Amino acid sequence: MTPKLPIFMDSQSTTPVDPRVLDAMIPYFTEKFGHPASRNHPFGWEAEAGLDRAREQIARLIGARDPKELVFTSGGTESINLALKGVAEMYREKGNHIVTTVIEQRAGLDVCKRLERQGFEVTYVKVGTDGLVDVEAIRSALTPKTILVSVMFANNEIGTIQPIAEIGRLAKEKGIVFHTDATQAVGKIPVDVEAMGVDLLSCTAHLIYGPKGIGALYVRRKNPRVRISPMIDGGGHERGMRSGTVPVPLAVGFGRAAELCRELMPEESQRLTALRDRLQDQILSKVEEAYLNGHPEKRLPHNLNISFSYVEGESVLMGLNKEAALASGSACTSATLEPSYVISALGVDAELAHSSIRFGLHRFTSEEEVDFVAQRAVEAIQRLREMSPLYEMAKEGINLKSMHWKAE
Amino acid sequence: MPYSDKVIDHYSNPRNVGSFGKGTPGVGTGLVGAPECGDVMKLQIKVNVQTGLIEDAKFKTFGCGSAIASSSLATEWLKGRTVEEAAKIKNTDIVNELKLPPVKIHCSVLAEDAIKAALQDYKEKWANAAAEARTGAS
Repeated sequence: MTPKLPIFMDSQSTTPVDPRVLDAMIPYFTEKFGHPASRNHPFGWEAEAGLDRAREQIARLIGARDPKELVFTSGGTESINLALKGVAEMYREKGNHIVTTVIEQRAGLDVCKRLERQGFEVTYVKVGTDGLVDVEAIRSALTPKTILVSVMFANNEIGTIQPIAEIGRLAKEKGIVFHTDATQAVGKIPVDVEAMGVDLLSCTAHLIYGPKGIGALYVRRKNPRVRISPMIDGGGHERGMRSGTVPVPLAVGFGRAAELCRELMPEESQRLTALRDRLQDQILSKVEEAYLNGHPEKRLPHNLNISFSYVEGESVLMGLNKEAALASGSACTSATLEPSYVISALGVDAELAHSSIRFGLHRFTSEEEVDFVAQRAVEAIQRLREMSPLYEMAKEGINLKSMHWKAE
Repeated sequence: MPYSDKVIDHYSNPRNVGSFGKGTPGVGTGLVGAPECGDVMKLQIKVNVQTGLIEDAKFKTFGCGSAIASSSLATEWLKGRTVEEAAKIKNTDIVNELKLPPVKIHCSVLAEDAIKAALQDYKEKWANAAAEARTGAS
């Protein structure tokens, strides 16, 4: 049976709002519309109670000791900006060196580039062929001037999960603030800021079946107390770290989404792992010279990233785009017209970065959808290989790497 | 990015996909682009050495949908032209026909390069044979 089309398999970009989340949000648009900072009337109290509850729900999901440690922002990008710039400004007297990785998402890398222009020094630690960061490489990058270590929890393209607890221990040992961009990990796999020694954590609602437009930054208050300079000044909301009226309906939705993730995670992660493995097996068993990107085990349950030799990623997506929404690391699908820097960082041939396809399963993905997408992807790749001069040459035994290419 | 109907048509029903057998008389091959850039086009013309007419053309392309469409369109346009006429195909003609957006103009440039490379290869391999054929015919 053909499932309802098109099928959404791009859940690392965003997720649909869970209907239960929407139900929780609706009253806060119309009836409970007060300003949470209005301290002197019931409208304000009601809105503030909604915010408090949301903060508790998110705190529980990430293992925060105190809901007050959560600062609402507009999303992951703002959280990352606030964490990195906030620490850089606050701890400037102490040092000017930051350690991060080459595979952070654009927000992390772009903030670091800006800080470099402002006189900070940034070390971008490389990753292995499996996408993992070596904790010892971080250790050896540290200097007496290092004020911040920022390593993403799980990668948005390849899903590789980093050794966050080990990095947390290292940071604690050295007395350096540790931030993790956990936008892809929170709600999908266990995250515990206390057990993992995380000082700052960025997360966002729309990747956990919550609304777009709200995220949070966890800022540790104890052991150690971390201080950050605000980026937005104003009424002193969010304990002075992020002024501006908090969008209460969105925050309430974020909270409910976090609560649902916490309840559903054991079952959901198992189900998605099984479906993801099914998708992976169906594709890899039918397509030769297809390579899994990222670590085969230490990976988000819903994430699958494969490079298909001899075919370009956008052309694969184009073959499927009426039926399935996927993503590619191909240059033609990026705003920068460069192939994926994450896949390139794995040390694979540049051609394979252009040839990578990312599948993202989610709460509402069915087995029928997985089977359908697997079959259609295999067909599209086979069709494009028949059209590919590289495939033809490889079949003829020509070594593509020894060719002299007349590039533009 | 939404694709134009013509790009979708050429991508879904590419014209003249394939290769000529090795040593086929009158064949010129152009191979341009590079795998690490995400675009490689192989374009072949089969010229009647006596008339100078391109009787057939084939392509294979590794690249995005617009690159596939550009090379597919190029093979369509090449068939039936003389070698001299073929040299006049410009990338802007392809851009206009396929309504390529600015970010895809390089696909049309690559197709023009492929045409030129195929014509050059034909001349290098078959110019003497063509000259002989014409002398013989007259």
